[in-house]
Amino acid sequence: MSCAQSIQDYALRSLGIGERLLPRNDFTLCEQVVLIGSGLIWNVYFGVLALSFGFLLATAVALGKAADSPWLRKPSEWFIFVFRGSPLFIQFFLAYEAFVLLPRNGIELLGITAETGWLTRAWAGALIVLFLNTAAYSGEIFYGALRSVPKGDLEAADAYGFTGWHKFRKITWPTMLRLAWPAYTNEAIFLFHATTLVYFSGFPAWQQKGDALYYANYFADKTFNPFVPYPIVAVYFILLTLCLIALFGWANRRLNRHLPQTQRRRIRFRPQVIR
Amino acid sequence: MFQACTDPDTLDGLAWLACYLTNGKHIAFYGSFLTVLSLLAITAPVALAFGFGGAVAARSRIAPLRWFGQAYTAIVRGVPDIVFFLFFVIALDQGFEWLRHKVKCPGWDQPIRQGSDFIVCAEAKLPLSSSPQWVHEGYGFGLAVLTFAIVFGAFAANVLSGAMRAVPRAQVETGEAYGMTHRQTFWRILVPQMWVYALPGLSNLWMILVKATPLLFLLGVEDIVYWARELGGAKTNIYAYPHPDWRLWYFLGLLVFYLGLTKVSEIVLARINDRLSLGQATAAGEARRRRAAA
Repeated sequence: MSCAQSIQDYALRSLGIGERLLPRNDFTLCEQVVLIGSGLIWNVYFGVLALSFGFLLATAVALGKAADSPWLRKPSEWFIFVFRGSPLFIQFFLAYEAFVLLPRNGIELLGITAETGWLTRAWAGALIVLFLNTAAYSGEIFYGALRSVPKGDLEAADAYGFTGWHKFRKITWPTMLRLAWPAYTNEAIFLFHATTLVYFSGFPAWQQKGDALYYANYFADKTFNPFVPYPIVAVYFILLTLCLIALFGWANRRLNRHLPQTQRRRIRFRPQVIR
Repeated sequence: MFQACTDPDTLDGLAWLACYLTNGKHIAFYGSFLTVLSLLAITAPVALAFGFGGAVAARSRIAPLRWFGQAYTAIVRGVPDIVFFLFFVIALDQGFEWLRHKVKCPGWDQPIRQGSDFIVCAEAKLPLSSSPQWVHEGYGFGLAVLTFAIVFGAFAANVLSGAMRAVPRAQVETGEAYGMTHRQTFWRILVPQMWVYALPGLSNLWMILVKATPLLFLLGVEDIVYWARELGGAKTNIYAYPHPDWRLWYFLGLLVFYLGLTKVSEIVLARINDRLSLGQATAAGEARRRRAAA
């Protein structure tokens, strides 16, 4: 089978488009590269959506943890502790078992029947877990940044008559982001790496639509040769990481565009963290 | 286990629960917590040793050794660790078998990879197919420990080489001014002083290691995740203790176990940090000195 044929058959296999059966024997390098690449679509899907929604919740959680009122502070602290203190792997299992136990034919809510079946699917269930998890980790990062916003900046804002939402939007929040950005970049990279856990943690890959590591594991199991599929995943993820660093580096330059060149903080990339 | 538990059908309520939670499979479940803790206890020092070796290699004056050290620390960046976990377990297993094959069966003329099979002679199999069950389990656990140590060793190498760079240069220069050799300044000046700089990174690493232990399940070890799935699944009436799907409660238990482990680690690490700051030329050390003086 030619390589073009493989691309046609398997490039979108992870979405259910193309050949129904996965290759069974005589695996070519091309098939492995194409199918694993197709699985990467899911990693990007989980990463991008969890990160975007997580960003909003993380800001809220950070503000909650920094709040004076214990009614806001305590729940935020517990949320961060539970999601940062336990393994993501266990969180996936727990969420899946909880979603499975929901009534099969939906919940009656105010006369409307809410479907629950989709929650046990990876695209929704795992996304919820990843979203909450990254919100907790980023929330802690933002909280740390919020506490290190320079006092002088806030006093200057007060002196210029900034108050409430206006002060937060124009002064506190941008400074918080600026301070948190290098750590947040690392968190984004970790999150993309964490997406590989989804199909190994309870959530079944329906009709063999899985992520990059799911297909790599499939090939490694079939060929009993780990030296081809896993390095392919590794290369894909290194490329993905480089794209992320470029994207976040651009955002970092934009956040710091008012500072003199020499004072700009460069992003230091640190090794990843498992959750 | 208990006399009263011989016929579970006659029991109800708390007595049933007490018997259920002490049956043979649950004892194995509790034992698997020890598996996780022993993995932590063995992996942490081994990974630290690997990391130290990697960090020393990365700053070696011999170029190939330095390249090896730098490649080792760099290679885990950018790639999800779970890829390494899945990769190393098969790769190490095949590597060991291949080495033994070379030594034990020199007369073997067939290729080792035949299509999708990996074939070595029977004497080179690891563990031997005739060995008892505990050898197989022990070998699986050993492979898992080695895999964890390799991956976390790379992280530790990164932390330790950062810590070695953080030790003030003047300290080493003073040692050199007193006529110490390169080796002496390394062991007597650099190594004793680097730990306080390494500790924040190492504590972080410990937390990550704790949270990585459920991945043992993926490496085929019968750990707590395995037992939680096994015991929690719905049991029909042919079992001694029938019950519906309780996996949610088992995983909730695991969650609490890990939260507790995290909390205890946080407290202990804070203590160690405080202790190590004693007499150091850092802000924390200064604060401690003032507290002691007051």
